[in-house]
Amino acid sequence: MSHTPTLKNLQLNRRRLLASATGLAAGLMAPRLAMAADTIKVGILHSLSGTMAISETTLKDVMLMLIAEQNQQGGLLGKKLEPVVVDPASNWPLFAEKARELISQDHVAAVFGCWTSVSRKSVLPVFKELDNILFYPVQYEGEESQRNVFYTGAAPNQQAIPAVDYLASADGGSVKRWVLEGTDYVYPRTTNKILEAYLKNELKVAPEDILINYTPFGFSDWQTEVSRIKAFGSAGKKTAVVSTINGDANVPFYKELGNQGVKATDIPVVAFSVGEEELAGLDTKPLVGHLAAWNYFESIKTPANLAFIKQWHEFIGNPKRTTNDPMEAHYIGFHMWVKAVEKVGTTDADKVIAALPGTQTPNLTGGIATMLPNHHITKPVYIGEIRPDGQFDVVWKTKRLVPGQAWSPYLPGSKDLVADWVKLNCGNYNTVTKTCGGS
Amino acid sequence: MAVARALLVALAFACALVCGLALGQAAAAAATLDQAIAHFTADDFDETLAGVNELAASGSPRAAMIITALQDGKLMFSAEKKAVYIQDDLGNLADAATGRKVAGAPPDDLDNVRINNRLRGSIAAALGQLTLLSRDPQKRYAAAQAVFKSRAASALPALEAALAKETDGRIKRALEEARAAIVLNQSGTSDADKLAAIKVVAGRGDQDALALLADIPAHESPAVARAASAAISGIKTRLSIWDAVQNAWYGISLGSVLLLAAIGLAITFGVMGVINMAHGEMVMLGAYVTFVVQEAVRRYDPALFDYSLAAAIPLAFLFAGAVGILIERTIIRFLYGRPLETLLATWGLSLILQQAVRTGFGPTNKEVGNPSFMSGAFDLGGMVITYNRLWIICFALAVFVALIALLRWSRFGLEMRAVTQNRAMAASMGIRTSRIDALTFGLGSGIAGMAGVALSQIDNVSPNLGQGYIIDSFMVVVFGGVGNLWGTFVGSFLLDIANKFLEPYAGAVLGKIAILVLIILFIQKRPRGLFALRGRAVEA
Repeated sequence: MSHTPTLKNLQLNRRRLLASATGLAAGLMAPRLAMAADTIKVGILHSLSGTMAISETTLKDVMLMLIAEQNQQGGLLGKKLEPVVVDPASNWPLFAEKARELISQDHVAAVFGCWTSVSRKSVLPVFKELDNILFYPVQYEGEESQRNVFYTGAAPNQQAIPAVDYLASADGGSVKRWVLEGTDYVYPRTTNKILEAYLKNELKVAPEDILINYTPFGFSDWQTEVSRIKAFGSAGKKTAVVSTINGDANVPFYKELGNQGVKATDIPVVAFSVGEEELAGLDTKPLVGHLAAWNYFESIKTPANLAFIKQWHEFIGNPKRTTNDPMEAHYIGFHMWVKAVEKVGTTDADKVIAALPGTQTPNLTGGIATMLPNHHITKPVYIGEIRPDGQFDVVWKTKRLVPGQAWSPYLPGSKDLVADWVKLNCGNYNTVTKTCGGS
Repeated sequence: MAVARALLVALAFACALVCGLALGQAAAAAATLDQAIAHFTADDFDETLAGVNELAASGSPRAAMIITALQDGKLMFSAEKKAVYIQDDLGNLADAATGRKVAGAPPDDLDNVRINNRLRGSIAAALGQLTLLSRDPQKRYAAAQAVFKSRAASALPALEAALAKETDGRIKRALEEARAAIVLNQSGTSDADKLAAIKVVAGRGDQDALALLADIPAHESPAVARAASAAISGIKTRLSIWDAVQNAWYGISLGSVLLLAAIGLAITFGVMGVINMAHGEMVMLGAYVTFVVQEAVRRYDPALFDYSLAAAIPLAFLFAGAVGILIERTIIRFLYGRPLETLLATWGLSLILQQAVRTGFGPTNKEVGNPSFMSGAFDLGGMVITYNRLWIICFALAVFVALIALLRWSRFGLEMRAVTQNRAMAASMGIRTSRIDALTFGLGSGIAGMAGVALSQIDNVSPNLGQGYIIDSFMVVVFGGVGNLWGTFVGSFLLDIANKFLEPYAGAVLGKIAILVLIILFIQKRPRGLFALRGRAVEA
């Protein structure tokens, strides 16, 4: 924590230095300003150091690739796009500071960024105050819809609920007993609250057939948890684990599963935060058959996806690097933003925000993503099983695209709420009291 | 479309039946084999399942081989050519039905027959049935276990045949358990049979037996239900005793990991009094050394992979130790006696090291494989012991003993103890204290590097690896008594066994908090920890 003030001081000094330099040599600065007017700046707000760098660095790279491609095709509105990369260093307050810097100092037209929910929550007031646009590419817990934010990742009804439905079906093994295992923070807690309500009310699961357990961030000793899961699974009913374990804790969890011989045929684990990238650090042979629910898999063979993978490998210079779901979300978000800007002919935030709902762009798996009035998008849901090579075999998918729900209908606090920024101009309209402003 | 296909299949099946009657059994087997294999070209889970079941029932000698290939993802198909192949390890194709090699280029639309979890279960059951009479005792045992899990009544004739022939006691028991599982799962068997079956299953006494007994249908006669619930409570009592043993084992295993991470710190912090926040990064460097060694072994001689850890341990020690000496010479030696500055400088250093590794190796996790002797687990009574944990416990103890021996009996150990106990006196006796400082710091860092080798087997190899251990390590060293290696030893096992007994009841988060509260209370009562050092070292 001690490094934050140091950084701030440095920036202040740099800022002061810049200001005096501008005053002294305005003539020198002129070319730089002129050049700046010729480009449209796009902010990239992803951690390049600290705990989240493992996931977010890839998203920074994919944004650079998309921007470079757009520039090759002639840029946007006759101007080149200029990426502005900042590093919020996995430090949540620093996210807000860096967002402010991007908007008020660099004058970016839109920002693509954030991974964890807590980082998103920390930048929300900044985007509201300075009226800019944030594209958020990660699956999250829902229960939110902000005018300035566009959620291109999955809401719970586009990932968690279909995954549970699949496991409860005959193909998924007719699961009757559920372990909800998560990391102790806002996304797993909210998702599990929704899932618990859904299991109890919709699938009529008895309370003693649900086990909810949380572990800290970066948890690495899973022996007790895994043997508890095994014991819970020996009650004579088909048992499955729904995992909202996030980040680094996943690798030791799966290693322990493999070592203790928990096979997918006995107790399958379906994960919402484990993708191709997380499996890259793992010997996947003992994990074959465990599941993940996403809206995109690298192994889906569509022409668009194959081209995307090829482009990614060429850009990053490493044919072994995988692609994943949040990368597709940025792909969709970026193309939607480009279309909306082209439609209104300006990068003015208010006009682009108004133009985005209804914008359509092809996703990588053969469908068309549509931005909805609640600032979420339509997505297909895929269930994949882990293959020996660390990729996923799609074993099930939704028949059509699923529209994202900002507010879960299964939670008592949010079942009456809807978000509609087009007709109602409100992110939390209460359909019972007919007012904007929550439950 | 589907109807038409079903009709066709039915027609073909009927035809095969008629043909079989006319041409004799051999031809029938071949025809059903072809029939069964045809299902695999549909690329549909239901069709594949039908194929597996027909294969299992066909009695063909090739059935087991084809199903094994399916299980291993080696069964390939071409929808265009309506052909199914088995691929060998070299990528060569052979026709699944005849076993004949396929010459020339493989078909363009070649793909493997996909399977899902439901199919994996059926495949295991089918293979179990087919391999009950295998010559390999391991296979027979696995087959009996598979039938126990699947409880498929269709396996009963094969099971009876196998039971009659079996001579190996262990396999015979497994076969009897499998038969009992089928009997319990079947309706229409007599109560006497069921009671006998319950007795057999209860003798097994593990979680699978528990699952089976809990699953007995509710409409059974009172005698059977009573016997089942008695058996269940018997197994539960047994398992709860084993649970306690298992918790203690988990505590020892977690404690050994912490001991490894903390023991280097016990030297740098405990003995030298340097608050080294970059200690965790030494552990991380050790893990990356393991990764580099494994990559080199994979590239130059994959056959030696199992020995890669043996090579990584000394290399990690030397590398981390060298980095430690470098840090001591360039940074820490200017900060002796200024704990606050040392803390800040080493904290900054830890960030620099993390970012350097992140830039050099990339931010993603690196895959460090387990050598074959460290994979898997074995059963000991009612608990599972994983090999990697067992080895890490042995390794931690070996490192501890070696360290104690080094300090007790070597000249370097003597000089080190002399310098830490009374620096001025040691210097006046002709010991070069600054050299001893550097070597001591190097020793602590080197041990951290060896801890990294062990941790690479159970944790992520990422730049953040060390951060998860630094706080716990300080905690253990302070709790055990600063400056006392035995304190660290007892402290790490005590804390982690307590942690593991709390975890099942309080959960991982609350359990950890409870341990921290206990330590705070303990330190209030005994500020110098479990084993307080007495004498001149204390006032330094």
